[in-house]
Amino acid sequence: VRCGYLEESPIQFGQISAPKTSSGIPSEEPLSSPSSLPASFPFASSESVPLPFPMGHGTTTLAFLFQGGVLAAADTRSSCSGLVACPAAQKILPIHSHLVGTTSGTSADCALWKRILSRELRLYQLRHGRRLSTGGAAKLLSHMLHPFKGTELCVAATLCGWDGGDFSGPGLFYVCSDGTRLEGKLFSVGSGSPYAYSILDQGVRWGLTVEEATSIAREAVYRATHRDAYSGNFVDIYHVTPNGWTRRTSLDVHHLIMIFSMLFPCP
Amino acid sequence: MEYLIGIQGPDYVLVAADNVAASSIIQMKHDYDKMFKLSDKILLLCVGEAGDTVQFAEYIQKNVQLYKMRNGYELSPSAAANFTRKNLADYLRSRTPYHVNLLLAGHDDADGPGLFYMDYLASLAKAPFAAHGYGAFLTLSILDRYYRPDLTRDEAVDLLKKCVEELNRRFILNLPSFNVRLIDKDGIHDMEKISIGTK
Repeated sequence: VRCGYLEESPIQFGQISAPKTSSGIPSEEPLSSPSSLPASFPFASSESVPLPFPMGHGTTTLAFLFQGGVLAAADTRSSCSGLVACPAAQKILPIHSHLVGTTSGTSADCALWKRILSRELRLYQLRHGRRLSTGGAAKLLSHMLHPFKGTELCVAATLCGWDGGDFSGPGLFYVCSDGTRLEGKLFSVGSGSPYAYSILDQGVRWGLTVEEATSIAREAVYRATHRDAYSGNFVDIYHVTPNGWTRRTSLDVHHLIMIFSMLFPCP
Repeated sequence: MEYLIGIQGPDYVLVAADNVAASSIIQMKHDYDKMFKLSDKILLLCVGEAGDTVQFAEYIQKNVQLYKMRNGYELSPSAAANFTRKNLADYLRSRTPYHVNLLLAGHDDADGPGLFYMDYLASLAKAPFAAHGYGAFLTLSILDRYYRPDLTRDEAVDLLKKCVEELNRRFILNLPSFNVRLIDKDGIHDMEKISIGTK
C-alpha cells in the first residue's frame, strides 16, 4: 500500500525483532498472541509472573450508539511502566466536526495516526465534495495501518461519528492495528474494558436519554478505574449528534467515588 | 475458537460459521459474518489471524469480481479455489504471510457443487465435508459417521445441528450462534441461524 509518505514497506526498516514466529509453523494457541503486546507495555519486561491472557493498552475507553447519537467516554491516565506519566491525558480526539475517535495503545502512535486520518479525511472532503462516512474513515485507517502489521505500532481506536448525505445516521467502528475492523453498537477498548463491558451490558439500550447514557458511561469508566491500575484520574465524555460533537464535563474519579457510594450504599 | 463447517450434497453445498468476533477474552461482536460472497454462487469462509482474514478475503473477492468484469464470465469454484491457494502460497514465503484458514464453497453449472478446504500453509483439498477450528476435532467424526453423498437438504441441516449440539455440549468455549447458508444452482440462500436452544 503506497501511503505517499512511506516509499518502502515499514517491515524492511526499523524492525528490531519480529514478535510473532512467521517463519516456523505456529502452533494454534487460543489465548496467547504475543504480537498484541507492545514491548513498551510494563508486563513485557518482567517475566516472573506469566499473564493469564495478553492484556494490553493501559486505558479504559468505550463508545456506544443510542437514540440520541453516539457517546464516547474514556479515562485520562497515561501510564508508562508503572508510573503515571500524565493524569490528564486526552484519549478522545476530535477528527472533524462530526467524528471523534477514542484512542488506546501507544499514545504517540494514536496521536500521530489520528492526525494523519484527519488530514486524509479533509483531503477526501476537498476532492469529492462530501465527507467520508464513519465506515469509510475506519476502512481508510485500517488500510493505512496494515503495512505496519508485525511491527510494534499499537493503535486500538473506536471511531464515533454522524454520517450525513444519503446514508445519514450514527456510526461506530472499532479499528485496531492488528487489522481488525468491526462495526458495532457498543465497544470498549483497553485494559479496563472487561470491567466496563459488564456495567454497559447491564444498562445500555437504544432508548436511553442523553443524561442516562452519560451517567452509565461515566459509571462504567469509573468502575473500570476502580479495578484497573492503569486507568484513573478523570472521565472524559464526548457526545456526537447530527450537529457535531460536544464535550461533556470531565469529572474527577475521586468525586465519582462519593457520588456512587451514595447511589450504591454498602449494606 | 472460530469454527467453520461445510457439507456437500448431490446438488448443493451447506456451509456454516460461528458469529463471534473475539479479542483476547472478550467477545467484541456476537453477530459477525465470516462468509464472503465471491460471486453469485461462490462463498469464501475465512478464519484466522485478526486483520489477515478480512484483508485476504476482500483481496480475493475483488479479484474474482475483476475477472468477471474483464472477461465477461465468472470464475468457476474450482478456478477460484486454485487462485486463492496460489495467492496463499505466494505470500507464505514472503515477509508478510497471511495466517488464514479457508473453506470455499460453490456451485458450478458444469461440475456441480464443490467444497474446497484450504489452510494457512496453502494446501488445497476438494472434500465432501470439512471443518476448521478446534471445533473440528469434535465434529469431524460425527460427519464421518453420518455423512452420505446422497443426503437431502433437510438431512444435511440435521447433521449440521448434530455437530453444533456436540460443540455446545463439549467445547470449552461459548459459540452461541452460527450463520448458515446453502449454495445450489439458483445461487446462495440464507438459512435460519442456529443458536443455542434451536431444535
